[in-house]
Amino acid sequence: MTDIARNGSSAPAPARRNRSLLEVDDRTRRRNAAEARFKLMGSIAVIIGLLALVGLLTSILLNGMSSFRQTYVSLEVYLDPAKLDKDGSGNLEKIAKVTTFGYKPLIQKAMVATVAANGVDDQGLKAKKIADMISPEAPATIRDYVLANPDKIGETVRFDLLAGGRIDGYYKGRVTMETAALDRNVSPEQLRIADALRDAGVLDTRFNWAFFTAPDASDTRPEAAGLGVAILGSAYMMLVVLVLALPLGVAASIYLEEFAPQNWFTDLIEVNISNLAAVPSIVFGILGLAVFINYAGLPQSAPIVGGLVLTLMTLPTIIIATRAALKAVPPSIREAALGVGASKMQTVFHHVLPLAMPGILTGAIIGLAQALGETAPLLLIGMVAFVREYPAAPPEGLFDPASALPVQIYNWTTRGDPAFVERASGAIIVLLVFLLIMNILAIILRRRFERRW
Amino acid sequence: MNVGILSLIVLGLAALGYVLARRRALAVVQGDARLLHSRTGYYGQLVFLLTAVPAFLVMAIWLFLQPILIEQRVAENIPGTAIPEGGDLTLVMSDVRRIAGGIDAMMADGSLGEAQLKDMHADQTDIRARLAGVGIALGAEVSPAVFEAAKSYRKMQKTGALAMTVVVLGLALGMMGLALSRISATLRARNLAESFVLSLLIGASLVAIATTAGIVLSLLFETWHFFQLYPARDFFFSLTWNPQFRGGSDLGFAPLIWGTLYVSLVALIVAVPIGLMIAIYLAEYAGKRVRSLAKPAIEVLAGIPTIVYGLFALITVGPFIRDWIAQPTGLGDSSSSVLTAGLVMGIMLIPFVSSLSDDIINAVPQALRDGSYGLGATQSETIKQVILPAALPGVVGAILLAASRAIGETMIVVMGAGAAAKMSLNPLEAMTTVTVKIVSQLTGDTEFASPETLVAFALGLTLFVFTLGLNVLALYIVRKYREQYE
Repeated sequence: MTDIARNGSSAPAPARRNRSLLEVDDRTRRRNAAEARFKLMGSIAVIIGLLALVGLLTSILLNGMSSFRQTYVSLEVYLDPAKLDKDGSGNLEKIAKVTTFGYKPLIQKAMVATVAANGVDDQGLKAKKIADMISPEAPATIRDYVLANPDKIGETVRFDLLAGGRIDGYYKGRVTMETAALDRNVSPEQLRIADALRDAGVLDTRFNWAFFTAPDASDTRPEAAGLGVAILGSAYMMLVVLVLALPLGVAASIYLEEFAPQNWFTDLIEVNISNLAAVPSIVFGILGLAVFINYAGLPQSAPIVGGLVLTLMTLPTIIIATRAALKAVPPSIREAALGVGASKMQTVFHHVLPLAMPGILTGAIIGLAQALGETAPLLLIGMVAFVREYPAAPPEGLFDPASALPVQIYNWTTRGDPAFVERASGAIIVLLVFLLIMNILAIILRRRFERRW
Repeated sequence: MNVGILSLIVLGLAALGYVLARRRALAVVQGDARLLHSRTGYYGQLVFLLTAVPAFLVMAIWLFLQPILIEQRVAENIPGTAIPEGGDLTLVMSDVRRIAGGIDAMMADGSLGEAQLKDMHADQTDIRARLAGVGIALGAEVSPAVFEAAKSYRKMQKTGALAMTVVVLGLALGMMGLALSRISATLRARNLAESFVLSLLIGASLVAIATTAGIVLSLLFETWHFFQLYPARDFFFSLTWNPQFRGGSDLGFAPLIWGTLYVSLVALIVAVPIGLMIAIYLAEYAGKRVRSLAKPAIEVLAGIPTIVYGLFALITVGPFIRDWIAQPTGLGDSSSSVLTAGLVMGIMLIPFVSSLSDDIINAVPQALRDGSYGLGATQSETIKQVILPAALPGVVGAILLAASRAIGETMIVVMGAGAAAKMSLNPLEAMTTVTVKIVSQLTGDTEFASPETLVAFALGLTLFVFTLGLNVLALYIVRKYREQYE
């Protein structure tokens, strides 16, 4: 007995009986409309997802591409012996006593001379204001050169010096004549001089290699800030992660997948691993701070600590990937090896592991990529510190203070000058390029070597 | 001796042991390898492992224990009078360590010899000025007791390092000798080496347990420490968060929890409908080509580091919301707000929800769909009335996992949500979260003595408990309510 028969109210309407099935009635129309609406909602959701991706990437690209170009001024600087080497002895220690302040007048003189030599109207600016168009980093550049080549004192040397951050921003559209009029750090007159110098070929904008090699710079000189120390620090951490997480992860997976008996202890390990995969990354930072720095006394901001923290964080990823790779090796391989008299250990190390290797490496690369982009735990172990010195070569360098790519990005976003936002976006492009390369590598590995059984 | 060099020496010894063991095994049977129980390589492997592993183990334990023991001994010898008014022992100990480091630096640049150090006393020499000369800046004059403590600290450290070198090398050599002397034709070298390797594998899988234990213990220990300095009642029930680094701060966690939950809620409101619809569309409607393009593209979102989302919130979404929504409506005027952070975090969670739900929807058997179509249902009716109910436990699990992600997310809220601890309903106002405050309390100078620093551990424990609870709940729901097909 069905409900329909019992209450009788749902008997087919008489009108329906005489109509063709091909004629769509109201109810069907409503249901079809609902169907179309639902499908439309689905495609809108997909489009929103894709738009979010496109929006995210274009916003970063638009903001960051300009950081790969930098404005330089080419100046003939006379390295005045009266200023740099007063007694003419050529004694390096004496020359080193002259601080960057001693080099400023040289640049000022050179800049004023260059402006005059190119027939550029100085707009009635004082010499100091004209010299301000050059980055405050420039004296340090010249000083380093002089200390490296003391015999050049007394000669006139051509330098490519960084233009000031605002002048650079003018050619990247960040600074305009209107904003310059309101800005204490730059004036429209300076911009007009810059335009004239650009026409004269003294000032030009070119590819910014220093962005990849230079260390960080202080708040007032964004034009000099680079990623050198951060890239090196990240590379050191990846080295630590690779050296520690890969063997540990593979060993743990081999045990769990091939040897572990089914008991509470194995369960405990497995529950632990899946929990660790879900623990927020910042908690690993707290662990690193409490155990590695506070308890074990390792130095703050050191790549070794960052590497250890990231190792613990990537370990679950690598273990999960490795176990999947081991599982994918068919049992027939194991049985064949055991059948010809190999021991369990020989079976695993001589046959199963080599066959699972592409999968394991793919997992390891993905784990590394994850670790490379991780920021939060590194903030807690002091990687935000302002570091200008390059760390030494490993292994000692692992204990030197360094920065890391994502932390450097965060660090730049906290600074006042908008030029640093451009730098941060540029650094993100660098980070994303690294991640892209790693992921492509993982895909190639999988395509090339993965075997279908 | 340097730990690195010592490790290299031990490895060298182990390699030597490998070679010697192979030779000796062959010598025992006069070069006829058939008479040996195992192949010669296994004898080598066994000696290699026995030489290297115990030595490294002892080294690790030594490095772990030595600082604690030395600190204890030195701390015992510091008289109570050497501790300044209002200071405590940990501060004095950090001075001791820095002075010891300074003495080492002076030794290194040759301005101080061992003999001179013996006659050097804090009341005769200006230690502070000399330490400043090697780049160690001290806050106050060095008291004689502290300086003596630094001297003995340094001495004990030297003795400890020397003793470690001797013990480790002795152990390596001893084990190597012992293993070599045991080699005979009947020694079951392969079995021994293999069980040794097996124990190493077990050791590696214990790292996961050790990590969890490390997390839980360090959080519990420091939280306990915190509650000794700050009343637990205020932490849990006070409604204000106002840390003052001079003391007398209000450290109630309610505003932070509120901010965290609010941001996560906004994120889920964004991510769940979009992610679910994407999963449904890709699993049920999309053709092969659309699926093969759209699915990886959306999963790219999951591979993008959170710092990128943070910057997106900071420079694009934040100003946009401020200029187009907050200021016209007059509800707020800061670019960091709950809505900014929630929106961007929602985008981050979309692939998380969609790929998990996609798997679950695909796992619903085709027979259910066919049955529903056979009864005359349209595709959307089938999805809404058959597939989603069947997939519900899995979908709820996925949402809970996404929620636990949202609660633990740090960079997006640090850069997008703001730093003001507030309890407000207005999503256009800046609020702060647990993770933001962990970062702000722990970056910079970290002396583990003030409640303002230690509160971060209590917050970390809260976070850990929350996320763990959500994960366990998700797992439980999936296991308990999962429909078993076939």
